[in-house]
This record gives sequence, structure tokens and C-alpha cells, in this order.
Amino acid sequence: MKKINVALAGNPNSGKSTIFNMLTGGRQKVGNYPGVTVEIKEGKARRDDYEINFIDLPGTYSLTAYTLEERVARDFIINKHPDVVVDIIDASNVERSLYLATQLMEMQVPLVLVFNMSDIAQRRGLLFDLEQLSKLLEVPIVSTTGNKGLGKQQLFEAIKKIVEEPPQHIRQANFGTEIEQYIEQLKPKIEQKYPELTAKCPSRWLAAKMLEQDEEILKKITDPQINQQAQTAIQKIKGLLGEMPEMIMADHRYGFISGACQETVKTTAELRHEFSDTIDAVVTNRYLGLPIFIGLMYLVFELVFRLGEYPMDWLEGFFGFLGAGVENLWPEGSMPWLKSLVSEGIIGGVGEVIVFLPNILLLFLAIAMLEGTGYMARAAFVMDKLMHKIGLHGKSFIPMLIGFGCSIPAIMGTRILEDRRNRLTTIMVIPLMSCFAKFTVYALLIPAFFPVQWRGTMFWVIYLIGILLGILSARILRSTVLKGEDIPFVMELPPYRMPTAKAMLMQMWTRAWLYIKKAGTIILAISILLWVGMNFPRPDIEHTSSPQLTQQQIKQLELEHSVVGRIGGAMEPAIKPLGFDRNIGIAMIGALAAKEVFVSQMAIVYAVEEDAKEMSLREQLRRDYSPLVGFAIMLFCLISAPCIATIAVTKHETNSWRWAGLQFFALTAMAYVITLLFYQIGSLFI
Amino acid sequence: MPLTQIKEGRTVRLVSIESGYGLKNRLASMGVRPQTEFTVINNHHPGPFMITVKGCKMMLGRGVADKLMVLQLNSENQ
Repeated sequence: MKKINVALAGNPNSGKSTIFNMLTGGRQKVGNYPGVTVEIKEGKARRDDYEINFIDLPGTYSLTAYTLEERVARDFIINKHPDVVVDIIDASNVERSLYLATQLMEMQVPLVLVFNMSDIAQRRGLLFDLEQLSKLLEVPIVSTTGNKGLGKQQLFEAIKKIVEEPPQHIRQANFGTEIEQYIEQLKPKIEQKYPELTAKCPSRWLAAKMLEQDEEILKKITDPQINQQAQTAIQKIKGLLGEMPEMIMADHRYGFISGACQETVKTTAELRHEFSDTIDAVVTNRYLGLPIFIGLMYLVFELVFRLGEYPMDWLEGFFGFLGAGVENLWPEGSMPWLKSLVSEGIIGGVGEVIVFLPNILLLFLAIAMLEGTGYMARAAFVMDKLMHKIGLHGKSFIPMLIGFGCSIPAIMGTRILEDRRNRLTTIMVIPLMSCFAKFTVYALLIPAFFPVQWRGTMFWVIYLIGILLGILSARILRSTVLKGEDIPFVMELPPYRMPTAKAMLMQMWTRAWLYIKKAGTIILAISILLWVGMNFPRPDIEHTSSPQLTQQQIKQLELEHSVVGRIGGAMEPAIKPLGFDRNIGIAMIGALAAKEVFVSQMAIVYAVEEDAKEMSLREQLRRDYSPLVGFAIMLFCLISAPCIATIAVTKHETNSWRWAGLQFFALTAMAYVITLLFYQIGSLFI
Repeated sequence: MPLTQIKEGRTVRLVSIESGYGLKNRLASMGVRPQTEFTVINNHHPGPFMITVKGCKMMLGRGVADKLMVLQLNSENQ
């Protein structure tokens, strides 16, 4: 069995994933490239004597160093040296697709071109002479119909043939006498100074990249003499031809392509996507676009949270049952702390993660549907005008909206954003959208402090404060830490199509599995940690208390004695100016695990009777605190450190503790300052 | 004139891109180069642009559209 690596390259929307699924039969794993947030998919297939590992590179139009995707794709080819690169050509847009192919040829990788969906393109009036085109480009071409699984055999044969007889010569575009002459001058110098680089990639390519002033290559080739020579060459070329070398090289690539296509690709009719155009006329209409988008988002929201509620209830019931079962079956009196750890810490902690799973599955399904049909690109178009005002792209709106349900799927949903700064900004402000857990806190406090006629307004006000702070924070972030020129917003709007159910479910599952695996382990570890903090050290109940203490009072004593309780007590001087006392402090620490814990913690610290919890808790709160403090609590809950699970997901998605830390501390600091101002100024009036 | 001044439904020829090489390169890789002809489908004033290049729909941010100098072509509609 011989192992070979085959990379799949191609433009976005070229049908690359369909081909990937066809080749690997859906057995694939999704991971992140180290250090970046670009997804990589790998899948294996066995053919004859070969075990083929297929790697799905991110969809790109080119192989420059301008975007993250392009860098990732390029670095993969340089560092991992795939045995074959399969480049998927969109048959309805051959010339543009071949632009990427010419750059792969410049990197001298053994190439197979796949004309996908050429049957449809032919029906629409495009004629191909693939045999002739293959001869001209000196590259094997296979024609496939990915969604019907046609051409699979031929593709495997083509890959096999390349592995068995690697091509001796790979054609490339000629850049014209002037540029070629300078490339020839640079080549030997690079070969001499950087043998380890030229072992990985051709020296002609490196020299060409020097003339293109490619950022990544300039970082590697730092020799002043070579750089000086490249600069002189660029100036001379510019003086001679009136353009920067990179533009001239692009022209030559297109010249090379149109030369090859002239006799081999013929259009008998102009390509039209009438069906798509009709939908677009409505969906991106100046007046209808926004209402349609809002309606669809409402549907997604309903699907994720309304429909997800049922399985969520079942799962909650199941974990409650499991926890109770452990409590009941546990041998009386033996290691009560272990019982509590298993039933509350582990089952409760795992439960917390799994309970969200239906929401997350549904959300990823909805996203897969929006992406697969092609609507996502239109949503970005429709929202762009509004989102641009706060320094974000149109697409950022979707994860932000999901944030009103839960930050975790929302932050994971930011994967649809290509621009890194945009994505980080969105991740940072998502916690300011009041999630369901925060809603439970508001639902406890608002009726406790405000008269009936004010309650609706109060809910609205607190949600609005979150949104406004989100907008403000986004603007601040975009003009400070995440400042910088946007990647110019140019995006393809793919024709609408009906994605297959299998592809959608697969996309949903691969993404959800990442959540279960990564977030699950981190969230579990942290909930156990928090459980320990809230339960240890234990007070010596026998000595400190009289026997008439109720169950709740014991719990209260235990909590106060624990690490969390002590921290809460120690925090008191710091939170006093906010109008908070130690009880609120303790509950706030508990709320780190999940915001709704605030409610149960307050119940514990108030030692209220189990059966009349809600009612009497509100009464107690009303007795002890003013409405001003009540609102200050909500304000703090809204803005302050998001729950641990959110931090964990931010860490995972940004691949850096720095961003997770910034989110945690910046939001907490902002909560502190705003609540302080609110309470202190409010105290003057009330 | 800049693309931003072109009304919906008009076909134009790209004359030049008044910007840095980052944008020029990206547009070139997506098939939008000087001499390319395309149609403006949607000019969401003051929002983004939608154009069709060789049967392929693309969205351009307004900042990008501002940098594209074009020549209006279709007079047959007038």
C-alpha cells in the first residue's frame, strides 16, 4: 500500500466540496490549520495499491499573499509537497478558473484539471475541446459531474498516472522578455543564498515573487543584495512598460490562458442564469431586500431556538434524571463529595454542553442551507450598507443575531466571515447581545423591582443598551486594536442552487463535532473547577452549627466557606461602589459558569425555601435592594465577563488566549465603569 | 468616470483601477481587468454594487466601485 497526498484546489463555488465528497465518500475530518481559523478538510480513499489522502484546500482565486486563504493554500503546497494537485475548473467560467491553474503551474506542482459540471455548461451553450486544451496546457484534464458521481474513475486513473510517471516538464506562462530577463538574473542568486528555500519551491517562482513584491517571500528572502537587485529591476520594468511587474505578469497569464482557450472553449450563447436573476431581482431589491432578509433571519432564529427547545428539554430531563439516579443509587454516607462531584460537577457540566447541542446542530444546518443555496452572499449584499457604518461587513450581522440566543453558536458562526479583523471584532462584541441565559436574570430582577407597566420597557431598554454598546465597541475596536484597511470587499455571488441533503447534513455534523470535541472538553474541565471552588473547603458543620439548621441554611454556610464564597467576600470593597454587597458578588462569580446560575446562586445565598423560591426570592430582593441596584445588577450581568463557555469558544475560534483574555477583561472593565457611573450618578437623583 | 456614477442596467468597459496593487491583483484573479466589460445590475446607493462579468455575478463594496474608472458602452437602450 503506497500512501499519497492529493490536494484539491479551486475557486470558491467551483464545486470543490462536491468533488471532495465524491472522492472521499464523506469520510472526512475537519480541523483548523495551526494558528489560523481557516478550515481544512481531509479524507481518505483507497484505490488499487494506493491509500490516497485528499486535502481540501480553501477556495481561492489566486495564490498571492493577500488573503489568509491564499496564504494557507500556498503554504500547504510549499511545505507539504502534495504528490498531485487537483484543480477544479468551473466549466462556466473557464478563463478565470485557469488563472489559478497557471499559478499552480508556476509552482511546478503535478497538476490534474477537473472540468466540473461541464454537461450543464454545454447545455448552456459552451463547447469544449478538452483533448486539445489538455495538449496545449500539457496537463491531463478530466471531466466530471460531481453531484452525480460521474468521472470519479477517470480522475483516480489520472491521479495514479501522474504518481507513476511524474511529468518531466510543466508548462508555464511566459512573462515577456523584459521580466523573464530579470527573473533569470535573480534566479542564480536566490539558488546560491537560499538552498533550503529552492529545495521546496522553484527558484523561478521565488524570483517572480520577488518582482511581485510578495510580502511572505520578502520575509524569507531578506538578503539586501537580492532585494536591491529586485527593486532596481522593478523600477526598470515600470519605466519601460509603464506598469508594475505584478500587473504585467497577470496580463501575461491571461494571455497564456486565452491563447489556450481560443480554439478549445467556444461560446455559442451568452451564459445566463435566468432562474438566479429572477430570485435576485426580488431578494436584493432596494426595498424588499431588507425585509426579506429580516424575515429569513427570524425563521432561522425560530428554527434554532423554538424547534431546538424540545430536544433541549429532553436532554435536560435526561441529565436531571441521570444526576438524580446517581444521587439515589449512591451508597449512603460513602464519600459524599465524590457523589456531589459526579452528579453536579461531571453530569451537570457535561449536561450543560450537550444541552446546547440541538441548538448548535440546527444552527449549523441553517447556515449550511443559507450557504449552500447561495443566499448567504446576498444577505451580505443587503446588510452591507448598514453594517459598514459600524466598520463591519454585511455578513457579520448573522452571527450577531444568533448571539441573542447564545454566544457559543454565534461565535462559532463567525466562521462565515473571511476577513480576520472583521471576524475578531464580531467575536468580541457578540457577548453584548443579551443571550437566553441573561434573559433569565432579567426575568428574575425586572418583576422584582419594577411595576408591571414598566416591565416591557425595561426589557427593551436592557436589550437596546447591549446593542448600542456592541455598535460602540465595534467602532472602537475597528479604530484601535483592529484598525486597518479592509480587504477590499469584492465577493462573488454564486448562482442559486439546491444543495443536496447529504452535503448539508455532513457540513452540519463536521462542524458540530468540532464543538462537541473541543468546547466540550474545555467547558467540562472548567465546570469541574468551578464546582470545586464552590464546594471546598467545607465548613465543619457539626461544630459550627446547631442541629435545627435547614438544608438551605447548610448550603448557604457551605457556599460562604468555600473558595468562591471567600473571594466574593474579599471582593466586597471593590463592588461596593456599584451598589453590590457580598451576596451579589458570590452570585456573580457563579454566573461565570453560566449566566443563569446567578439566579440559583441568589436563591442559595438567600436561603429561601425551595418550594416558594421564585416568589420569596423576588420579595427578599425588593426588601434588600433598591430598583437602582436592581438595574445595576442587570447592567453588570449584561456587559461583564461572558460565561466561561463563551471564553473557551473564543479561545478555540481565535486560537489565542490573548483574544479570549481581552474579551474577558475588557468587557468586565467596561461593565465595572458603566455600572459605577450608572449607580453613582443615579444615587444623586434617587 | 468612476463606476459609482453608472446607473443600473448599463454596460461598461473597465478603463483603469485607481488603487494599490492589492485590489488590482484581487480583481484580476477574479477576472475583472482593464478592458473587461460588465453590466451594473444593482447600484444600492449608497451601498454596495452588483455587477455581472461574463455571466458571473459579483458584489463590489462602494469603496471598490469608487476606484474603478469605466467607459459607458450601451447606447442601444437609449
